[in-house]
Amino acid sequence: MSHVLETQSAAISVQRLVSTAWVAEHLNDPQIILVESNEDPLLYPSGHIPGAHEVDWTRDLNDPLRRDYLDRERFQALMQKLGATDDSLIVFYGDRSNWWAAYALWVFELFGHTRSCLMDGGRLLWAKEGRPMTTKVPQATPSQYVAKPRNDEAIRIFREDVLRRVDAGAKFIDVRSPQEFSGEKLHMEGYPNEGALRGGHIPGAKSIPWATATDPETGTFRATEELQAIYKDFQPDEDVVVYCRIGERSSHTWFALKYLLGYQNVRNYDGSWTEYGNLVGAPIEQGS
Amino acid sequence: MTATLQEYRDLFASLPDRAERIQTLIELAKQYKPAERPKPFDERQRVPGCESEVFVWGSQQGGHWTFEFAVENPQGMSAMAMAAVLQSSLDGASADEIRAIPDDVIYEFFGRELSMGKSMGLMGMVQMCKRISQS
Repeated sequence: MSHVLETQSAAISVQRLVSTAWVAEHLNDPQIILVESNEDPLLYPSGHIPGAHEVDWTRDLNDPLRRDYLDRERFQALMQKLGATDDSLIVFYGDRSNWWAAYALWVFELFGHTRSCLMDGGRLLWAKEGRPMTTKVPQATPSQYVAKPRNDEAIRIFREDVLRRVDAGAKFIDVRSPQEFSGEKLHMEGYPNEGALRGGHIPGAKSIPWATATDPETGTFRATEELQAIYKDFQPDEDVVVYCRIGERSSHTWFALKYLLGYQNVRNYDGSWTEYGNLVGAPIEQGS
Repeated sequence: MTATLQEYRDLFASLPDRAERIQTLIELAKQYKPAERPKPFDERQRVPGCESEVFVWGSQQGGHWTFEFAVENPQGMSAMAMAAVLQSSLDGASADEIRAIPDDVIYEFFGRELSMGKSMGLMGMVQMCKRISQS
């Protein structure tokens, strides 16, 4: 596998996808901060990579009141608590083939902290390989990290812009299940308030479920050539918008497109279907 | 609702500290016993909306129900904890007792800090038990 897209910065070059073996070799590297981010709240406390900190997306990354992410002050406090500096490389990993870790990485990037990467395969692969786990929670020496203002422009998109792009015939990737895409399935039966009032997809969207980009056995990303084939209908220089239900699964696809395939203008619509499917008057397509 | 389920509710109500609640749930997850059934499982037994790929089977004798669970995601710890709670607390329950379980009982165990998908999956396990016992 050759995911070698790298960016250079002051300290070390940043490869955006690292292997479990690479992480194992760098467990004691002071420039590296390991962060586990899961959907399942029981996983980190039950065992994690030695030295890894937990970043919980509900408690740490979300605004407690509004539907939005944390503000600059809270991000700064989080980074200080992690002991991060501008030169820290944040290595994210987690459950579900890193879908939540990719979401956390995407939120960190809103604040311009691009010295970050994913550990390919996430915690499942680390555990399968029999690598060490611990329940000991590390205590970092708090840093003096100064966060940049949050900038949503580059990698996030809001509903007004989405609607303008629909009118202009822009391209979208819907990473939900085919049943959600077609409108056959809105949400889980019996829980109408958990989904959207209308089913279907954004006009012009192509269905490419997020997990298509991963190897189901290992949870690792597929090889570059396979990813290129999966996303062949979208060109690296095109504007591409990805979405799912709340923006978490689409963060995984955003990562694959931006950092494994080098797409320059890919944005995550985190309002996703829970917003779009409830918008009054918004155009919708159904069927596969 | 069964007396055992009420005991679980009382237990978690006495644990306001999140870390204690999480540790209790981890211990419960360790008690989960997977159903010993041939694969592939019947898709009709799959809990809809549950990303942890949970399957539920119910059987009854003289109006008393027992349930078996299979959590196919090896890292589906919350689902395993919920399966352990439901398996023990619904053992011998009547359909009326099962029907009386509030859907949002999961929040009493896990707290409100659950993702939408996780909430749906765990609630789905409760719903599935209700659906089976009403059929």
